[in-house]
Amino acid sequence: MEIGLSHYLVLSTILFAIGLIGVMRRKNLLLLFFATEILLNSVNVAFAAISHYHGDLTGQMFAFFVIAIAASEVAVGLGLLIVWYKRTGKIDLDMMTTMRG
Amino acid sequence: METYLYIALFAPLVGSLFAGLFGARPKTIIAGLVPTGLLFASLVSSTILLTHVLAGNTVHVELMTWMETGDLYIPFGFVVDQVSVTMMMVVTIVSTVVHVYSIGYMDHDKGFNRFFSYLSAFVFSMMVLVMSDNFAGLFIGWEGVGLCSWLLIGFWYHKESATWAANEAFIMNRIADLGMLIGIFLIYWNTGSLQYDQVFAAVAGLEISTVVWIGIFLFIGAMGKSAQFPLHTWLADAMEGPTPVSALIHAATMVTAGVYLVVRANPIYDIIPEVGTVIASLGAFVAMFAASMALVNRDMKRIIAYSTLSQLGYMFVAAGLGAYWVALFHLMAHAFFKALLFLGAGNVMHAMSDELDPFKMGGLSKKMKGTFIMMTVASVALAGIYPLAGFFSKDMILEVAFVEHHYILYTVLLLTAGLTAFYSFRLIALIFHGEERYKLFGFDPHEAYKYMLWFMAPLAVLAVIAGMMFKGTYYDMVTQLLPAGEYHVHSAFTYWVMTIGTQIFVGLAIVYAYRKYENAKIDKKVESGFFYQLLFNQYYIPQFYEEFFVKPYRDLSMIFWKHIDLKVVDATVDMIGNTFYKTGKETHVMQNGNLSTMLRWMVAGLVFLLVSAIVFAKANDIFAYMVTIVPGLGA
Repeated sequence: MEIGLSHYLVLSTILFAIGLIGVMRRKNLLLLFFATEILLNSVNVAFAAISHYHGDLTGQMFAFFVIAIAASEVAVGLGLLIVWYKRTGKIDLDMMTTMRG
Repeated sequence: METYLYIALFAPLVGSLFAGLFGARPKTIIAGLVPTGLLFASLVSSTILLTHVLAGNTVHVELMTWMETGDLYIPFGFVVDQVSVTMMMVVTIVSTVVHVYSIGYMDHDKGFNRFFSYLSAFVFSMMVLVMSDNFAGLFIGWEGVGLCSWLLIGFWYHKESATWAANEAFIMNRIADLGMLIGIFLIYWNTGSLQYDQVFAAVAGLEISTVVWIGIFLFIGAMGKSAQFPLHTWLADAMEGPTPVSALIHAATMVTAGVYLVVRANPIYDIIPEVGTVIASLGAFVAMFAASMALVNRDMKRIIAYSTLSQLGYMFVAAGLGAYWVALFHLMAHAFFKALLFLGAGNVMHAMSDELDPFKMGGLSKKMKGTFIMMTVASVALAGIYPLAGFFSKDMILEVAFVEHHYILYTVLLLTAGLTAFYSFRLIALIFHGEERYKLFGFDPHEAYKYMLWFMAPLAVLAVIAGMMFKGTYYDMVTQLLPAGEYHVHSAFTYWVMTIGTQIFVGLAIVYAYRKYENAKIDKKVESGFFYQLLFNQYYIPQFYEEFFVKPYRDLSMIFWKHIDLKVVDATVDMIGNTFYKTGKETHVMQNGNLSTMLRWMVAGLVFLLVSAIVFAKANDIFAYMVTIVPGLGA
């Protein structure tokens, strides 16, 4: 069986669902970052696959952008996380309710 | 000449604004003097314009464009021709006298400055009304005088009755103004212009039925302003205002605006003599109807107000029968002697501490000689005794009715002339002759200021000579614009019988009034009679209006308020507000500050958007499919 576009898209969808569930369920800030990474990379897989399928490089270029932005996001996020941990000693999401409306 | 036109028109406005500056201050004498001076300037300019017009010229200026869209072109244009200059003279003479008089009359009033501001604003509006060269400008003036009339009737706004009367006058006029507005729309719709000259040129080519409607609607407007039946009740109630206002607005100028309109629109009414006959018949009816109410009334100012109403009826008879110049002539003569009568009544009121019941006066001629002489002159003129102004103008109207073979109108008017003489001299006899009954009521009458009397004198002189001196000149001037028509009874014998007969009839009425009322005996039997009660209660018309228009309207308003306004309009507005308030209250728990919960909501939103995108795409497909199978659905 040859591996075609649909396989990649199914993989991407599964990854996206895992990431989404992670975003919803995780209470640990570090693991929340992991879940976000999974989400972004599921999209990257879809971009690359569709780009290859159409023979158009735009999708792959976009994937690179996503990777670059994800990296900077993680850099900033982890920095904030460390500051937070130093202050409170916890990275539990349920404790972070200072922005209550 | 244009400069004089602008001075005549805008001097009162400047005066009004100047007095308005002092509006909230206590009495400042300059706030009365400056408008009076400016009005005098307006009078002088009008006189110069009059000599210009007498020389056979007219002035027509266009100040600026007011509206210009598509085919619609309405300028602020003003015209001084034979008709408008007559009105300008009447307005400026009477208002100058009234302004000076008011300085004395309003001497102790708190609203002195405000009063002059309103009064001058009125004169400005009236000048716009009579000088405009198109129907739109006339309508501005028309509404302006209505507004000033409202302000001045309700001048003493702390009195419940005054505000009520002001509102009544305003609302009644509004009903009529709607008719007038429809008339103006019809004119524009059918002729494509509102300029007098273009309209009158075009109106001859229209269908008769259209012209009839135009004539009727314009006359409805005139009926409101000139207080013709059935819109007459406001005029008597308008006497709540200060007396100079009654003299200027509700006797000499504003109420004659309706007559002016009919005279101005004479090319329209010439085409439709049937409408003219209706106008004349209504006029004759009002003349008699109002005079009969004046017979028994016990309020000095109301008696004079009914008399005004009656004389307006006369004017409409003349205008309706096509004798426009006669109508305008009576308008002029009437303005002089009626304003004089009102100002005299104002003096009496001042002397008697605002008492209005003539049965409580009597014998005032000794204390108030000047006022007595002037009011008598005015009443003689009103009664139409030779050689005063009323004789020439009113007898002329009788002759018109006779020559035009409207014998019923003639009889009605003749009887009314007798009634006029009777009620005028009933008033004079009650106020100035007989016993000094005021002593019983503890009044201490005193004559008005000297300068007030001196400034009333010009009106008295005009009331005496206006008919005799001006009739020929006036006729020559005004018939250059209005249809000429010498209304002479053909046989000299009939003429003399008619004239002398009328004089004797009127004279007898005067003598009878004196005999009956000199001693102010009140005949209980007559007073309890049906006719007396009918007349005293103004034919029960105010009660009728109250019962059949005001009360149902109030009930209807209550129903609308309780069932529609509160339950539909208010409820809708409240519902919108409440919806937002409640959703806010319910959903603010989402923002509990927990990042995890927020993320879940974010996912929920994402899912919602995805689902709706799919649903709408599907719905669009289905619709496109429907269009192909059901033609005519549109796409």
